[in-house]
Parts: sequence; structure tokens; C-alpha cells
Amino acid sequence: MAQELVAASTLIFAATLLAALSGAPLLVPGLLSVSRGQLLATVLMLAASALGLIGAAVALISGSSEIFQLAWALPFGPAEIGIDPLSAWFLIPIFLITGCAALYARTYWHAGHYPHNVRKMTFFFGVMTAGMSAVVLARDGISFLFAWEIMALASYFLITTEDEKPEVNAAGTLYMITTHTGTLGLFALFPLLNLLSGSWLFPAAGSLTASSPLAAAVYLIALFGFGMKAGIMPLHIWLPSAHANAPSHVSAVMSGVILKVGVYGIVRTLSFFNAVPLWWGCSVLALGGVSGVVGVAFAIGQHDLKRLLAYHSIENIGIIFMGLGVALVGQATGSPAMMLLGMSGALLHVLNHALFKALLFLGAGSVIHATGTREMDLMGGAARRLPYTALLFGVGAVAICGLPPLNGFVSELLIYLGFFQGIQGTGGAAAAAAALAAPALALVGGLAVACFVKVYGIVFLGSPRAERHEASHEAGWPMLLPMLLLGSICLVIGLAPSLVAGPLGRVSLTVLPLLVTTAGLPLQELAPLEMITIAGALLLALISLVTFWYRRRLAGTVCSENVTWGCGYQRPAPRIQYSASSFAGMLTSLFAFVLKPQSHPPEIAAGIFPDRSRFSSHVPEAVLELVYIPALKRLYARFSGVRKLQNGILQQYVLYSLVTLVVLLAVSYF
Amino acid sequence: MTNSIIHILLALTMPPLLLGVIGKTKAAFAGRVGAPFLQPYYDIIRLLRKGSVFSTTTSWVFRAGPIVALATTAVAALLIPFGAHQSPISFDGDMILYAYLFALGRFFTMAAALDTGSSFEGMGSAREATFSCLAEPTLFFALITLSRLSGSYSLSGMLINISFGVWLNTGAALLLLVCGMFIVLLAENCRIPFDDPNTHLELTMIHEVMVLDHSGPALAIIQYGAALKLFVLGAFFVHLALPYATGNSLIDWGLFVISMLELAVVIGMVESAMARLRLVRVPQLLVAAAILAAFSTLLVIR
Repeated sequence: MAQELVAASTLIFAATLLAALSGAPLLVPGLLSVSRGQLLATVLMLAASALGLIGAAVALISGSSEIFQLAWALPFGPAEIGIDPLSAWFLIPIFLITGCAALYARTYWHAGHYPHNVRKMTFFFGVMTAGMSAVVLARDGISFLFAWEIMALASYFLITTEDEKPEVNAAGTLYMITTHTGTLGLFALFPLLNLLSGSWLFPAAGSLTASSPLAAAVYLIALFGFGMKAGIMPLHIWLPSAHANAPSHVSAVMSGVILKVGVYGIVRTLSFFNAVPLWWGCSVLALGGVSGVVGVAFAIGQHDLKRLLAYHSIENIGIIFMGLGVALVGQATGSPAMMLLGMSGALLHVLNHALFKALLFLGAGSVIHATGTREMDLMGGAARRLPYTALLFGVGAVAICGLPPLNGFVSELLIYLGFFQGIQGTGGAAAAAAALAAPALALVGGLAVACFVKVYGIVFLGSPRAERHEASHEAGWPMLLPMLLLGSICLVIGLAPSLVAGPLGRVSLTVLPLLVTTAGLPLQELAPLEMITIAGALLLALISLVTFWYRRRLAGTVCSENVTWGCGYQRPAPRIQYSASSFAGMLTSLFAFVLKPQSHPPEIAAGIFPDRSRFSSHVPEAVLELVYIPALKRLYARFSGVRKLQNGILQQYVLYSLVTLVVLLAVSYF
Repeated sequence: MTNSIIHILLALTMPPLLLGVIGKTKAAFAGRVGAPFLQPYYDIIRLLRKGSVFSTTTSWVFRAGPIVALATTAVAALLIPFGAHQSPISFDGDMILYAYLFALGRFFTMAAALDTGSSFEGMGSAREATFSCLAEPTLFFALITLSRLSGSYSLSGMLINISFGVWLNTGAALLLLVCGMFIVLLAENCRIPFDDPNTHLELTMIHEVMVLDHSGPALAIIQYGAALKLFVLGAFFVHLALPYATGNSLIDWGLFVISMLELAVVIGMVESAMARLRLVRVPQLLVAAAILAAFSTLLVIR
């Protein structure tokens, strides 16, 4: 067993190193042509992801954990890295999605088309992958922060791949500001943890009591710092523009994996505590509910394909938080069933969301590649030219709505079962919280269906709305293959969830050691995983049966083709089709109290014949534009005097550092 | 085993009869003789023999729409208990599958409507999307109330538990639930006052406008699927409102059939007595239903 584990960690460390160096040959001037360098980096990334996946799988199956000490000469005590089931679980999406995205990028962002930024993008892509892997491997505050910053900075350079465009730069700057605000929180988090546990090393799971005020401060700061990265509402402001402006495969990794690293931070921090108070669980549940409902409501209002997908990430992070909330409420009220169902639902949704969101972003990338626009209202009928992309995107769309027989349904079912456990329980507050959360999750599901019908219908179905943006070509195999892989995993998890039940149970045990003492609760007994398989198979069988019968029937009767029935209208044109904005119109007006949609109606001319006129409508990022920016402007006006300190003279900054050090020395002396 | 076979046979054969009864009731209220009870069966058989016209804009999604809608409703029909009998498939958490199966069917119906590229069908699709997600929380509040009352995690356990004894104890909660679920039943099945299945003005329709371009066998599948959906959601509702049970298996099957027919008569009466609501009023009524159901949940949770 021990030997196996060494092999697993060796594989993972090798994979991390390989990923970090994958783009390095491109940086050496004159060593390789851009195209060859990109090819080499792709191969290295694929090798890294294969090694990493094998390592993570071995570590998950064996289920034990190992810690290694680094020879680290900094004045913070020992630095450790380690692997346990929780790390291994998060390593799976990290290596899977980055591998898929790297293969996709070779065609999507080919060196021939983007010679000036391919070097930068490829290099930082590898660095970001290594950074993420290092974050989940770190076992002390200092290494964690190092890895965290490497990941955050590398993703900044990836977002700003096309830094000649002003909107890309704006998105990058917003990302930079918010990510560092979050990191600021983490800088406060680890010293507080140090105060609690007396060491920079991560405390063992369940070793700290959560009742002290200091623990509450740790919890709130972790929620802020990691929540910023995870994109929980109302800290999500960086996310829509960053995901929309990055290249699609980078968006896939950011949305699929980087947000999950934020979730990892929260799960890891929560795992340190035992006897958490009820308000922790209730607040996580409430944050999740708000993120879920408001995130999907914002998504419905979008007409930029990638912005829409970005808002769905906020929604799905909300669902993950709802699962974590159930687990915490269960911990507070002493219900092992709630803990296990909530935690495994949340963790499975982490993997599921990585799978289908990456699939959707890669699919969106193919469509954008083929149509030359991100504006959904200019697309239409893409399924004719991109049949495979359309099919795979459809799989992702059904999966993200949480519909059977795909994987999204399984994780949502686990979370729902957690809610129902809470409702049956004796705890009044827990029952009430669960009773309000379940309908909220149902509303999220309903809105997600509305939103993805809109996306699928407007982008892939009907006929092209603008000749200039008619889809031209199907994506090549290096772009389709990763999507096919992700789509098949979605189907496998959806049809045979028992496959992941064992590892999920083990990961939940590392996070919630309390469960060990109340053992004898395997996930399979609480959740009807084999019934999901039966029901899914039955559904697919019925669909095939009816299809077979219908085709036979069609063969026996007269079939003809004609134009769509226009209700008597003689001159239909593609532009009279329902558009993304009109489809969403009713829902955005229902949610107008949070979305604050803006529309600019045309002026009706007074003359006999109508003049040319324009109409536009738009759902802004209301939280950023109506809350943060006005508040920050007021803050800026109030504190502009302090800015005199920041005068741009380097020597003075060095002086500040010196003064600070002297003051600190004096403080520590007395 | 016998019960399962009766269950499947009833689900296969009885649904169009409900539509026939609704039609007959409406005719009686209007002072007409009306079409025979079996007219919906004749309609479906006639459509099956007809040819199909496909729009040149459509793809495989258009053809898949009716099929997936029927298949999902059929699986849902196996999850719901009919009368006092266990459903053929029952497990912890089947209520979530039940709710999400309808969502899957709706996904494909709406996508098929958008596939035609017709703005009218887009309109119907948008309305269906809006109204159905407002109906979703009501169903879940109902499931929570029922789960709390019965201590069960499956539809069979929750629904068979309801009896006149439960009504005596928690009558207020169940009454609120019956009101909320009746509104949802009418909305989900596109009955008056939400939608008029007989209207001919495309601008005001919901379900019928989504299927404007389907013809022949596909239309037959859609009509049968719609009848089955009414039957399945009706069976859920009948458990709440008319929880007759005697303990004798055969009599219970008879009672189930009678209460389904009663439900059809009630729907026919509502349709005769009410006009269709303005579309802007529909969300308000659906939110009202959710609030009623939420009250019932609060009553049992407190």
C-alpha cells in the first residue's frame, strides 16, 4: 500500500513539474519555431495530464494519505506538501480539463493564426496548471500562498492573451484587482489559523473547535478570500468579463477548474473544525441559494454566449455551496446522513460542473470560431454545419440543467436527498433551512432549463440570423475529441453513479472525520445509485423504442418537406425568428428587481412611412455597476488625501519598507 | 406483479379517456351533445395513419422532441402510485427523478419548437419556459410537506400515506396544498385558465403553438403524451384530494379510475366556468400557488 502511494505522489509531482515546464522551450529565443513549440507543449501537457490522472486515481482508490516535508529555508517553519483523497479528488478535474483544453488549443489557438501571443499563452497555461496542482498539494499556509499567487498571476496573463483589445485589458484589470482583494483575505486567514493551531502547517481534520470567536473570524475570512475566487455572489464581479474575454479553452479551465480551487480552499478550511455552529451551515446555504437563483437569472438575460456560460458558473458554484451548507447543517445538528449526502453531492458537483462546463465552453469556442461572433442574436442554425459540436453541446446543455440521465442529475439528487433528510430531522432550524433550500434549488433547475433551451435553440437551431455570421465549418478532430471525452464521462457518471460512490465516500470521510465515529453509513445505502442506473437505462430504452417505432411509421406514410408554417404570413425572413433577448424577455422582466435590465426603445417617426430606427436591450452586471462602482467612487473621493503617499517615486517606497521594518522591530522588541 | 401489470395497462390505455370526459363535460355545460367519450382515441389513430410534413429548417431535434417528451412522461408514470397501490418502480428520491423527467421532456419540446425557426413557436417556447419554472417550487414545497407528513423519501410512501385520518389532523396544510397543486396541474397541462387547448389564435397560445409544425404520427405522439401527462399529474393530485382506500386491491383500482374521472369532470367544469387569463396574470397566479404551498410547508415544519 505504502509503495503504491509513493508511486501515486511521484506521478503527481512529475505531472506538476512537466506541466510547469511545458511552455518553457517556447521562451528560449531561436530554439523552436512557434508552431513546433506549441506542438511540443501540447504533447507535454497531454503527458502531464495522463500522469496526473493516473496518480490521482491511484491515490483515490487506495484512499490513504501521505505528507512530504520540503527542504525549505524560509523563517516560517517546515513546509509540507501532501496528498490525501480530498486533494486527489480535485486533481482529477485539474489534470483532465487542462489536458483536454491543451489539445483543443492546438487547433483553436493555432500558432499560425496567433503568432504574436501563442508563446505567452502556452507558457502561462502550463504554469497555471502547475499552480493549481500545487495549491491542492500544499499543506502549510506559506506554500499554499505561493502556489495560489502563481495560479492567480498565470491566469491573469491567460485572460489578457489578446491584450491589444481594450475590453480584454479591462477584464484583466478587474480580475487582478478582485483576485488580490481575495488574496488579501488569505493573508489574514493563515496568521489567524496560526493563532488557533500554533503552527503554519495545516491542522488535522476536525482538530480545531469552531466555537471560539477566532474560529468565526477564520470562517468568515475564508468565505471572503476563497469565495472571491470561487465567484460566489456577490463576490462574482470579475467572473463574467474575465470568462467572456479569455480564449475559450482558457475560459473552460477557469470556469471548470480555477473556481473549484476556490471551493477546495473553503472545503479544506472547513475540514479543520469540529462542532461547527448552525449559523455557519445556514450562511453557506443562504449564500449558495442566492448565488444559484441570481446567477441563473443573470444568465438568462445575457446575449453574449460566453458571458452567459460564465453566469452559469456562478449558479453552479451556488449549487455546490448549497451541498456544503447541507453538510455543515448536518454537522451542527448531528445528522451523519445530511453530512454525507451534502458533502458528496457538493464534491460530485465539483467534478460534474468541471466536466460539462468545460464541454460547453469548448463547444462555444467551436461555434465562435465558425461564426466569428459571440453575439447569440447573430447566430442560428449552427447545427447544420457543426452537427457533432451541436450534439456534444446538447449533451453538455442537458447535463448542466441537472436532467437525467446525465451526471448533473446525480449530484443534484444527492443534495436534494440531503435536504429531505434535514426536513425529516427533528431540528427545527435545520428543517426550516432545508425546506426553503429545496424549492430554491428547484427554481434554479427550472431557470437553467429555460436558459439552455434558449442557448441551444438560438445558436444551433432555426436558421442563420445574419448572413455574415453563418456558421462555416465543423471543428477539427483535436477540438472534437476533448469534447467527446468530456461528454462521454458525463454520460457514464449519469448512468453508473455507483462507480464514483466509493471514492466519494472516502473523500467525504477525510473532510468530515466525525463520520468515521458514526460509521456504517455507505453512500450507496443512503442514495439509490443503482436505481438511477435502472431508471436511466429504462429511459434510454424507451426513447430508442419510440424512435424505432416512429421511423417505421414514417416509412409507411407519405412524408414531404415544406417551409415552416408562418401562420399565413407570406414573406418570412430569418430575422423574424425569436431571438435570445425576446426568448428571455418574460423572465428578465420577472427578475427586473435584481437584473435592472436596460432597453432603448426606438423613436417612432411621425411621418407617413416609418423611418429606420434601432432597438437595443441589455442586462448589465448590476452588482458591479450599481453597487461596487458607486461605493468605490465615494470611497475614493473620501480618501483621496491618502493617495499623496503613492507618488510614484521608487526611493520613497523603499523608504516606506525600511520605516515599516524599523517600526516592526521596535514593536517586537518591547 | 398483478398490480404492476394493471398499473401499466391503465397508464397505456386510459389517458385519452380523460380528455374525452373533459370534452363531454364542457359540451354538457354549453348545452351541446358533444363528441363521443372515445373521440381522442379516434383522433390519435387517425393522425397515426396520416402523412407528415417537415419544415426545411428543422433538424433531428425537431423529430426528437415528441419522442423524448413521451418517453420521459412514460417513465414518470411508472414512478407515481395509482390509487392505494405501490408504483412499479419506487426508491428513495424518486420524487426528484419524477420532477426532473418532466423537465427533460420540456427541454426537448421547447428545443423542437425553436428548431422550426418560427417566431410564433419561439413565443410558445418562451412562455412554457417561464411558466414551468415558476411552477417548479410549488411541486417541491408539496413534496416537502408530504415527506414530512409521511416520513418517507419516495413518492409511493408519501402519497399512499395520505388518508382521511391525515386530513383530520393536518387539514389546513393539505387544503393549501390541494389549492396550490390544482393550479399547477392546470398550468402544467395547459388547461384553461392558463392556456386554451382549443384556441386558434397563435398569439395567445402556449403548448399548442409549440407543436404547430408537427404533423401525422409525431402529432399523435404529442397528443397521447399530453394526455399521459395529464393522467400522471392527475394521479398525484387525486392522492391529495380524494384519498379513498379500502384495502381490497380490486375495489381500490375501481376507486382510482372513478376518482380520475371525477377529476376530469372537475377540470371540465373549471374550463366551462372560467375564461382564459391574460398572459401577464399567469405568473402572478403561479407565484400565488407557490406561496400557498409554502404556507402548507410552514404549517407542518414548525
